[in-house]
Amino acid sequence: MSAIEETVTEAAAVEAVPKKAMTLGYGTSLAVLVLLIAVPLLVKNFIIFQLTMLLIYAVAVLALNILTGGSGQFSLGQSAFYAVGAYTSAILMEHGGINYALTLPVAGVICFGFGFLFGQPALRLSGVYLALATFALATAMPQLLKLGAFEYWTGGVQGLVVTKPDAPFGLPMSQDMWLYYFTLAISLAIYIFSVNLLRSRSGRAFMAIRDNEIAASAMGIDVALYKTLAFGVSAGITGVAGGLGAIAVQFVAPDSYTIALAISLFLGMVVGGVGWLPGSIVGSAFIIFVPNIAEGISKGLSGAVFGVLLFLVIFLVPHGARQGAIVVQHLIGKLRGN
Amino acid sequence: MELFTNQVLAGISTGAIYACMALAVVMIYQAIDHLNFAQGEMAMFSTFISWQLMQWGVPYWGAFVLTLVLSFIGGIAIERLLFKPLAKAPILTNVAGFIALYSIVNSVAGLIWDFTIKQYPTPFGSYPFLGSQLISTHQAGMIGVTILLLIGLFFFFRFTRMGLAMRAAASLPESARLVGINTSWMIALGWGMAAAIGSIAGMMIAPVVFLEPNMMLGVLIYGFAAAVLGGLTSPLGAVIGGFLVGIMENLAGTYIPGAGNELKLPIALALIIVVLVVKPAGLLGRPIVKRV
Repeated sequence: MSAIEETVTEAAAVEAVPKKAMTLGYGTSLAVLVLLIAVPLLVKNFIIFQLTMLLIYAVAVLALNILTGGSGQFSLGQSAFYAVGAYTSAILMEHGGINYALTLPVAGVICFGFGFLFGQPALRLSGVYLALATFALATAMPQLLKLGAFEYWTGGVQGLVVTKPDAPFGLPMSQDMWLYYFTLAISLAIYIFSVNLLRSRSGRAFMAIRDNEIAASAMGIDVALYKTLAFGVSAGITGVAGGLGAIAVQFVAPDSYTIALAISLFLGMVVGGVGWLPGSIVGSAFIIFVPNIAEGISKGLSGAVFGVLLFLVIFLVPHGARQGAIVVQHLIGKLRGN
Repeated sequence: MELFTNQVLAGISTGAIYACMALAVVMIYQAIDHLNFAQGEMAMFSTFISWQLMQWGVPYWGAFVLTLVLSFIGGIAIERLLFKPLAKAPILTNVAGFIALYSIVNSVAGLIWDFTIKQYPTPFGSYPFLGSQLISTHQAGMIGVTILLLIGLFFFFRFTRMGLAMRAAASLPESARLVGINTSWMIALGWGMAAAIGSIAGMMIAPVVFLEPNMMLGVLIYGFAAAVLGGLTSPLGAVIGGFLVGIMENLAGTYIPGAGNELKLPIALALIIVVLVVKPAGLLGRPIVKRV
């Protein structure tokens, strides 16, 4: 006995986003960049640290956005890739004595491999099953990191303390500020890479798979390859973000990378607008600052505030920040017209 | 050999927990074709309600029945208010909705009842069952409840008009609507039943794992693993899957060195992935054929 499912009448797992709608124009991009460069010069060290975290989470959300918005696959397990990246950097720095900047590509490559391998079984899964498998991955990760066998390397439950790098070449800036610009440079490189990736042949293959897998394979796209590739790329970028996170926070511990982090990143993507890459930074700002405000109101409330806001976004602005951007664009267009 | 049989017995008794949860998972999957990530949290919330009722002096079985009714109504209310408007939305939106619900329920429970661990009573007592040190009367009672539940569900789906209508609405919604079934309400009913079954699972599990807002996370993952193993479309499969998962967990803990409590969740993860790769339909599920 078998059930037949009509795939044509069935809604796609993720709403199709046209390629052009995925990025910002040059003018706006430059304005945002100038803003990101200028702001740290005006604020205190603690705020600079928060801005660094903002960029780091933005990169992680961007990675999820490539996977979901680009290739239409889910992941509730991004925290696992983030954790692997963070631990790779931390272990290389503390046990291997390797320069922090050099640990990032290693974290990226290791996570790419991990994601690519995890993508293999995930190939058989779609939609909700994939969400399930990655959900299980995210919940299992902290236990794997606490494992006695790796305790020498990972520091077990205690975690590892990472030393914060100084600014090189005797540059007259604080550690926080140097780290911010370092992160900004890497985030920018990753952003440009991602935009170009989605505009390339591979990017078009991702989107074809997202919109209709069977039609895509009929057009000659190697569905298996591109789906695992999307997983690998997404995991790799998340790994770099994780590595940066470890350097910025100066500490890695299993319980920093629970399912809550994965949920945050997922939420960031939904708030920022699925498939709209610049939205990642909006989503990241949301997941960094909203819990602070919620915790300020009452401890333990942040989960409820998160959930309620997520529902509001789903119902009122299903396209997230992209919808806001479209409205602004229309307004500017009208002003120019007059 | 004695160690082996003992571990299998112990596995069956923990398996009853997973079987209960897996039944709730399968129930909702049948009704709406999605896995509800908030299922465990909903069950936890129901359990807290029953605990609160008992604190107010309601006797165990009174609280049990009241909680069942409240959970049933709560499940329907959640569907009507939050998920009915999302019925036509992409899967992503639905998953986001489940995640939101998960986060709200967990946080609100912590807010109302605090994150401290609470004792939860059992109606069966916790003496050795038939003189065996491995299965307590509570665990035996839990197995009994699970089997009763399964039989009840079987009769409901097989022999009642309502059960038939629900099955029709789940498998071919368009055609079901054409023959006059109110498919939208069937989905709401599915949510209600899943919430009620979840609450039974929660009330049976709470004496074992103790009551606290995060008590269901591990159980939910194992419930998912059990449901996937048994086949997401088959209640019987879910129960068998639950017992098998319990046995596997215990055997792995005994015979694989280093795989004690600290590898609990990774084992479930490995199991889910292996089943999904080797036999995606599960033991008793039916395969789904896609047609363009």
